[in-house]
Amino acid sequence: MDKKILQIHSSPHISSGAGVDVIMRNVVYALLPVVAFSIYAFGLAALFTLMAAVLSCLLTEHWLCKWSRQTTSVNDWSVAITGIIYGLTLPPNLPLWMTLIGGVIAVSLGKFIFGGLGYNPFNPALVGRAFLQAAFPTAMTTWSAAFGAQRFTSLPASTLTFPLTSPQYDSLSGATPLAAMKFNQQPTDAMDLLLGLTSGSLGETCAVLILLGGLYLIARNMMNWRIPVGIFFTVIVLSALFHFANPHRYPDAVFMLFSGGLMLGAMFMATDMVASPITNLGCFIYGALIGTLVVIIRLWGGMPEGVMYAILFANAVSPHIDRFIQPTPFGHRS
Amino acid sequence: MPGPKHQSFRHGIHPPEHKEDTAHLAIKQFPFAPLLIIPFSQHIGREAVPVVKAHDEVIRGQLLAKADGFMSVPIHAPASGVIKNIGLVPSIQGTMVNGLYLESYPASTQEILEGNPCPLDAGKEEIIAAIQNAGIAGLGGAAFPTHVKLKIPEGTHVDTVLINGIECEPYLTTDHRVMLEQTGDIFTGIRYLLKATGAERAVIGVEANKPDAALMLKDNAPNDLAVSVEVLNIKYPQGAEKMLIKTLLNREVPTGAHSVEIGVIGINVATAAEIGRLLPHGRGIQERVITVGGNAVNHKGNYRVPIGTPLRFILDTVGVQGTLSEVFLGGPMMGQAAPGLDIPVTKGTSGVIAYSRDKNAPPQKIYPCIHCGRCVQACPMLLNPSQLGLLAKKNQYEKMADEFNLKDCFECGACSFVCPSHIPLVQYFRIAKSQLKKAQAA
Ligand code: SF4
Ligand code: SF4
Repeated sequence: MDKKILQIHSSPHISSGAGVDVIMRNVVYALLPVVAFSIYAFGLAALFTLMAAVLSCLLTEHWLCKWSRQTTSVNDWSVAITGIIYGLTLPPNLPLWMTLIGGVIAVSLGKFIFGGLGYNPFNPALVGRAFLQAAFPTAMTTWSAAFGAQRFTSLPASTLTFPLTSPQYDSLSGATPLAAMKFNQQPTDAMDLLLGLTSGSLGETCAVLILLGGLYLIARNMMNWRIPVGIFFTVIVLSALFHFANPHRYPDAVFMLFSGGLMLGAMFMATDMVASPITNLGCFIYGALIGTLVVIIRLWGGMPEGVMYAILFANAVSPHIDRFIQPTPFGHRS
Repeated sequence: MPGPKHQSFRHGIHPPEHKEDTAHLAIKQFPFAPLLIIPFSQHIGREAVPVVKAHDEVIRGQLLAKADGFMSVPIHAPASGVIKNIGLVPSIQGTMVNGLYLESYPASTQEILEGNPCPLDAGKEEIIAAIQNAGIAGLGGAAFPTHVKLKIPEGTHVDTVLINGIECEPYLTTDHRVMLEQTGDIFTGIRYLLKATGAERAVIGVEANKPDAALMLKDNAPNDLAVSVEVLNIKYPQGAEKMLIKTLLNREVPTGAHSVEIGVIGINVATAAEIGRLLPHGRGIQERVITVGGNAVNHKGNYRVPIGTPLRFILDTVGVQGTLSEVFLGGPMMGQAAPGLDIPVTKGTSGVIAYSRDKNAPPQKIYPCIHCGRCVQACPMLLNPSQLGLLAKKNQYEKMADEFNLKDCFECGACSFVCPSHIPLVQYFRIAKSQLKKAQAA
């Protein structure tokens, strides 16, 4: 044995293996069935919108890295998640130019200016969506019906709207279950909600697939289940209470749970690790906060849906939850 | 088997065990290296003081260096031979330390010098002195002088001696083999320990991955000895004293305190066996059992190796396959990387693990902390390693100590192990602690 170069580093000398890129890649896998269903339900419009969303996010991240002379971080897969989730929250017939702008905003203002992966205080996808909601409120609340007969052969007129002009909508606009409930007191069949036979944002309609994706991540220990459980728990308890008090005015818990963006938000957006608390108890409290806010906004707010704002607000509170909910170290209980 | 009786300590991890290669291999005597490297400080505390000169002939077991006061242990000759020189010898830290080189006689029968036996009915002080004279320092890895632990402070009552047979580090199987092959020595050791501490009983903790060892101990436990054997669920770092006490006795050692303050003394099972083996003969420690393993090693096994044997001799003897990329002493979770192969096995060395890694494999990329919380859910001390890591990066060492209890971290490595961002958290914490120490000294 002659001279050998030995590596020296600090213990431990082994690691569990599942790196950040592996976790992020698995989140993408978990989202794929939702993406597939979205394209099946909304056709070419979904395909184009999702592609535009993912591409604008990826390219923005890549160019910003280049511009600031860092090695590109697109291969850690986190921006792919942002792109997909952002796309899934958009209405099916949103003009593509708006989709592109929102994607640029999501990555630049939602992530990059804070320092990139690990430093974003808010879920970047939601930052992009919130921007669009503020800038183009009409376009962001105009929905086309799912399963249109022509969905695989033609794009809605609005999708290809020329940049900076107002979109023209086809006649078959569909109301989302939440809007129908809020403005017309018209409930939707629970089975339709579960299977995604309703209208809504691209990826929020099929609760079953979203749940399965989330369960996959929980089973692989890549998501803290206390966040969705905290959300579901409070939504169920609060809405059941109000429904019990006044069944005509307030929808039941099943409807609250499976309608709108709640499933998608609880499973894939609230669980953004960077923007959620670090302790288990903190995650549950954070989830409960989101659930409470969703119920408040949906039942008494001006808008039919409140998941996005609830999550963004809880993101802002998250560091403070962490400040107060710290583990008590071993040997410190007197 | 592991029952609901024991509520395990919180958090912890389950690294792959890698014990199957060596667990079934009986302990083999290792040959004497032609040149042994013997540092004077192989324990925590004051360095031993040499009592021999260069060119002296020594007999195996003869005193080479005597203890310097109570916080120190003596060092005995691991082989018969001649002292080559006394001066500086290489150490695991990469620095040179005081010590000596001993040339062993190849033709010698290597018989061991007998000393003054310590009878089983000796008094407390006598046993404690005998343990010190035998040069025993914790064989589990910490190398804390055992007799110092046994000196119970005035007014403190110890009820239990915990015999630690957990061996939760991956790869290591020395304690496992010692429990199987030196069962009698362990019980003799326990007799001395109970006598020295005045404790009422001893409890041996064994993890469920060593059912044969637990059975062997149970079957051979003498009826007149207040000892029980408890089988525990597997979890790292259960072998850490505080964790084991929590699991077995459901007592929590308060921060900054010693286990003796809650009535418990923890002794590694190999240390107990060594006490039982050496004291009846009045001998000093000259060898210890280590596991030699890792994917670069041809003849993996459990070997009784003379103290001072250089790593180079060990690896030459067992054979190395592939290109050696990493060697460390102890297990992969808490073991220290060897800066070179001219480093000796000392009293605290429980294993020599050699890896050959694919040179072309890309180094693990370090990502920023993604706040996943895995480290928080792994830390057995219930700290927030993520927060500590962020503060370390900003050099806010005081805040780490004052607000996030850095001093409670015992560097078990669980946080770094689980971190998907591959952040070298433990390394950060070591640096922070040493910086704080420096600042305090200044
Ligand atoms: S090394 Fe320290 S901080 Fe990390 S898990 Fe172990 S005790 Fe906790
Ligand atoms: S395990 Fe690593 S990435 Fe996860 S919170 Fe801890 S330090 Fe951050």
